[in-house]
Amino acid sequence: MNAATGRAVPPRRRALPRHRRVAAFGGVYSNHLALAAAIEDALGRGADALYCLGDLGAFGPRPDRVFPLIRDHDVRTIRGNYDDSIARGLDDCQCGYTDPRDNHYARLSYRYTYANTSPDHRAWMDGLPPTLRFRLGDLEVLACHGSPRQMNEFLWETATPDHFLRKLTRDHGCDVILGTHTGLHWRRRVGERSWYVNAGALGRPANDGRTEVWYALLEARDSRLHAEFIPVSYDHETLADEMRDERLPEEFIETIRTGWWTTCLEVLPAKERARGKW
Amino acid sequence: MNALPVLREDPRRAAAAAAPAVPLTALDQLWFQVSGTVCNLRCAHCFISCSPDNHDFWFMSREQVRERLEASIGLGVKEYYFTGGEPFMNRDLPGILEDTLTLGPATVLTNGTLLPGRTVERLSDLADASRYSLELRVSLDGVTEAANDALRGQGAFRRALAGIERLVAAGFLPIITAMRTWEEGETEETLAGFRGLLASLGYERARIKVLPPLRIGAEAERTHGYAPEERVTHEMLHGFDLDRLLCTRARLISARGVHACPILLDAPDARLGDTLLEAARRPAVLSEQACYTCYRSGAICSNIGSGGGDGS
Repeated sequence: MNAATGRAVPPRRRALPRHRRVAAFGGVYSNHLALAAAIEDALGRGADALYCLGDLGAFGPRPDRVFPLIRDHDVRTIRGNYDDSIARGLDDCQCGYTDPRDNHYARLSYRYTYANTSPDHRAWMDGLPPTLRFRLGDLEVLACHGSPRQMNEFLWETATPDHFLRKLTRDHGCDVILGTHTGLHWRRRVGERSWYVNAGALGRPANDGRTEVWYALLEARDSRLHAEFIPVSYDHETLADEMRDERLPEEFIETIRTGWWTTCLEVLPAKERARGKW
Repeated sequence: MNALPVLREDPRRAAAAAAPAVPLTALDQLWFQVSGTVCNLRCAHCFISCSPDNHDFWFMSREQVRERLEASIGLGVKEYYFTGGEPFMNRDLPGILEDTLTLGPATVLTNGTLLPGRTVERLSDLADASRYSLELRVSLDGVTEAANDALRGQGAFRRALAGIERLVAAGFLPIITAMRTWEEGETEETLAGFRGLLASLGYERARIKVLPPLRIGAEAERTHGYAPEERVTHEMLHGFDLDRLLCTRARLISARGVHACPILLDAPDARLGDTLLEAARRPAVLSEQACYTCYRSGAICSNIGSGGGDGS
């Protein structure tokens, strides 16, 4: 609110954090080893701000190990659907699976994560904002989990039209929408001054037969967005051992060790599904 | 003495007047009744009673669809769906899909019986040329020939399996869509049966979607319609997530105008206007009893969503 006029300040004129080079981390899914490796890598590449786009828990072992990394490295974090569910004690992760097999594994993962997240961390997640805005050069970036309008909306590369993304940037008054939720990284310029970037996920590989996970490094040059996806190698065998120690499903461990998704496949569009093994 | 005329209330009008209406949140899905009510099959459970001789709604031309596609851009449509009748009865369909796939992802709902090699090859070329996904949803209502053909007519099973086999050989991962004609407790066993059948065709990682029965059209005659109290009321919408209903996220275009949803093609209250903009501004009235199934099960027509249960 402008104190002098009493009018709401248009979003583009608000004082927003300004950054030069931003590292954006997608779903962490309790993969504390990948998060630690990504933070180190991003700082080494000169990132002056670190953002996490939500879904700290799920899938991986010992969810409480993620929080100290987020806190100690000042990772600006928004609320994903998993965080929202865990914080509010909902019945499920809000991914909307209907396939009985996907539902079975989603329930196992959710119950384990809920039971192993401390009350302090749950309370902290309940304070996370659903979106954050910042400036990158003269571009305004809106960081969200699924989409700016819906936390659990899947925006897949082969199922999201340019005109739909242009409308989203227009409706939400930004130049760049930065999201995750699908777990697959992709980017597209959809207008003269409109971009969408999906940062992918740190929690599990990108269903490509590689064990690395991915994050996005963003910069603005001459009013244009430059987004680079960075593969992160980490000690995935140790993560697999930890998952085994926690008696997490062998199917989850297989994904970490092979790079192929074995669960939560129902929501993939045809092209993304065809690129995977299962 | 002249008797006064007895004013009888039209039950459909009374239901519409009492029913809640819901606005469109966003036009995420645009559906096309691309082959009208014309189908090469005459299924015993079709909710709009499509058949070779049901010409109530006629085909849409490539030009008609193209105009609507252009109008959809400014409204930010996310997904395009093509249904009928049997969409492949419309010879313009490949051209229509070519136009659509330059704009966004497309899904065709088909019975799979009109998919000769040359059609599948054309679809494969279209899919390869687009950055967007082309989804084929093939209806199959039984694991055995006897169970399927009892609903879909003699020969439908074999022809649909041949279509699925060709699609899979061409690299498609069709979504096999089955209406739940079994008891809810039998779903896992039935799905295992479908998976075994599809694996025998070389479709090892089958995608299967189960739909709850819609007790209207031919299906109401085959089994039974809705009970009088099975309607959506104002009270039922308190605290309800309206985005679960398809009509808050979608509109259907037929050769006759724009409608609230693909299920209610022939319901007069569901025709919302001539233009997309007009129909996007008008709320959908939940006066039809099929709305009750959508309310209980979620937006059953979308590719994602609904596990075939009735939500009870």
